[in-house]
Amino acid sequence: MDFGLTDDQREIQRTARELLAERARPERVREHAETGRTDERLWSELCELGWPGIAVSEEHGGQGLGRVELSILCEELGRAVAPVPFMGSVLAATLIEHSGSQSQQERWLGDLASGTSIGAIGLARNGTAELVIGAPDAQVVVLVEGEQARVLAVEEVEVTPLASIDPTRTAARVSAPAGAGETLDGDSAAGVDRAIVAVASELVGVCDRALEMTVAYVKERKQFGVPVGSYQAVSHRCAQMLLDTEKARSTAAFAAWTADADPERLAEAAAMAKAAASDAGREVTASAIQAHGGIGFTWEADVHWLYKRAQLDAALLGGAKSHRARLAAILARRAGSPVG
Amino acid sequence: MDLTFSEQETAFRGELRGWLAENPPAPEPSEGGEDEGREGTHFFWRRDWQRRLYDAGWAAPSWPTEYGGRGASLTESAIYFEELGRARVPMAANVLGLLLGGPTLMVWGTQEQKDRYLAPILSAEEIWCQGFSEPDAGSDLAALKTRAVKDGEEWVVTGQKVWTSGAQYSKWCMLVARTDGEVAKHKGLTYFLMDMEQDAVQVRPLRQITGEAEFNELFIEEARIPDANVVGGVGNGWKVALTTLMNERAGLGFALQIRLRQLLDDLIAIAAERGLLEDALYADALAELHVRCESIRLLAWKGLTDVEKYGQPGPEGSLVKWLWSDTNQRLTQLAADVIGPQALTAGTSWSYELLRARGNTLEGGTTEVLKNIVAERVLGLPRLKATA
Ligand SMILES: Cc1cc2nc3c(=O)[nH]c(=O)nc-3n(C[C@H](O)[C@H](O)[C@H](O)COP(=O)(O)OP(=O)(O)OC[C@H]3O[C@@H](n4cnc5c(N)ncnc54)[C@H](O)[C@@H]3O)c2cc1C
Repeated sequence: MDFGLTDDQREIQRTARELLAERARPERVREHAETGRTDERLWSELCELGWPGIAVSEEHGGQGLGRVELSILCEELGRAVAPVPFMGSVLAATLIEHSGSQSQQERWLGDLASGTSIGAIGLARNGTAELVIGAPDAQVVVLVEGEQARVLAVEEVEVTPLASIDPTRTAARVSAPAGAGETLDGDSAAGVDRAIVAVASELVGVCDRALEMTVAYVKERKQFGVPVGSYQAVSHRCAQMLLDTEKARSTAAFAAWTADADPERLAEAAAMAKAAASDAGREVTASAIQAHGGIGFTWEADVHWLYKRAQLDAALLGGAKSHRARLAAILARRAGSPVG
Repeated sequence: MDLTFSEQETAFRGELRGWLAENPPAPEPSEGGEDEGREGTHFFWRRDWQRRLYDAGWAAPSWPTEYGGRGASLTESAIYFEELGRARVPMAANVLGLLLGGPTLMVWGTQEQKDRYLAPILSAEEIWCQGFSEPDAGSDLAALKTRAVKDGEEWVVTGQKVWTSGAQYSKWCMLVARTDGEVAKHKGLTYFLMDMEQDAVQVRPLRQITGEAEFNELFIEEARIPDANVVGGVGNGWKVALTTLMNERAGLGFALQIRLRQLLDDLIAIAAERGLLEDALYADALAELHVRCESIRLLAWKGLTDVEKYGQPGPEGSLVKWLWSDTNQRLTQLAADVIGPQALTAGTSWSYELLRARGNTLEGGTTEVLKNIVAERVLGLPRLKATA
């Protein structure tokens, strides 16, 4: 029993954090957020490093590492609120790899792993996904509708760009005519659950950064002659932020581990992770704004990027309530009740 | 990251599980005896159970073999508590001696003290209690006023302790007293082992909101403690007390976590039976408890990894106790809705759990104090200057 990262995983985490501290500095994130553009230079650098393909099998041109390694990158990109189409791309690749057929994998994975193609994923109703992160940049879109998922080339869908509240990433409405694209023939849950864990991990990074910024601020900011962080209303809020973050972190780590090592438990672990991370993302980043006072409500302070990223990620592939509903169905089955 | 158990750990679990299956505790006494009340008969039941554990070498596997343990690793010790919880056995009667007193002596005690005190803790021959809190010193423990004055080879102790759990059954009290009133409040304290069997120590039970009296007041009027019963040196009492408190927060984590899991499983079974898992509000509330319960388990295991790898607990230690106590309160409160009137009927186990849970956020450090610890020691936030 060892909950820690291996030396190699630690190394991935360290180099990712260092790279992003340098290349995705707050000024740079702001510059791209304000113009609504992807950071192309950063994205091509990440592609050269093989990040989009970290968890894609070597057979399909990826690095063949595990879901834990992917989660590490997601967490670091979340910390940096990096303006790159990483998340959509790895989520699309995840579905194609774990729910798609051999020929679908061959057709799409190589380009997604290398970054030659960008992917996006959306939850659709009647063929339309209202808000698909990264879709304007994408060449491949995966639409999940109920138990079914299909993969579509961008030519097969209608992409209407729109602005989400999170300007660090592009977004669009995506519509696909009935019968367009190819359904992913495998078990769609195998792909979706893995994708959910990646989103939960990004939320952990967002929370971690929000807490770090808040702690630094409330130590410095003085009112009534003392740092505001010495007031318990503030310091206990920070303690709560840590508790929420650690809850999300431990459940996300567990879920990433089950994806590779104990897939029988993945469905439950993924639902737990997303429920914890979606709630934490909203609460922790909201607390960050409150603890910053008026500054926190300004465009000039950087906390709102985190809040906005958290809002989008919290909803992506289902919010906390929908994952708790899934868990309740699992619990009901286990308790031998007729429901679920 | 590897969340599987080694062969040795699995064998350890298997051996214990097998033993527990063969040796279940006596059935829980349903009625209190005339004199002892519910908690009295319960105590003797728990003492008998500890003796059976002891006879089979299972009373404290984490203790070194030389003191009657099995030298179990941290992971095995966690497995031990998980399995005890799984088997729904009662808590050993001498829980404070086993989890707090023994480990404190192993760190700070002299060889003579270890040789004298450890064995009877294990066998439940001598029960221990924790005399820290006082009427004017709860969260601010270092403000305690009980005084100990040296008189030849002995110390003479006078003062009052409160909330002392199990004092009525105890032979030894882990007592923190002030031995120097001239120095800063943390510096003038000394940790003693006080013999409870003397007239100078009067134990008066305090009735709790559950109606039973687990804890007591201690009135100490010139009690005598031999100098040989000082633990960790005169004036070093604060540090020794912190060792006890750290063990209190860490050691119990796994046992409590499993107990919570069982209560939740019971509640889910009842809710399922009544079709309440189809009701979105109940389904959401129960699933939320499930997430919390599993995060407690994961945080407890994560904390253990930190101790094994870095020699000290990460932030998880204080988080586990905080999250556990809060979750247990929510769970027992939800039970009142799921179960209905029965959960509010005196004498039922759910009504007992509901009331008892209120103590969870107080005992062993209040939630507010735990938040202070997290804010100051983990996040490094400044502390508001106290006026006293
Ligand atoms: C069931 C049970 C068993 C116990 N068993 C034992 C035992 O065996 N031995 C023993 O020595 N003690 C025992 N205790 C005592 C327990 O450790 C104390 O109750 C606890 O430390 C709080 O002290 P207090 O009761 O004096 O409350 P106080 O310290 O007076 O606290 C009152 C309120 O003020 C808050 N507060 C206090 N200080 C601060 C602060 N700095 N910042 C923010 N809020 C603050 C508290 O959180 C609380 O809400 C037990 C308690 C219970 C409930």
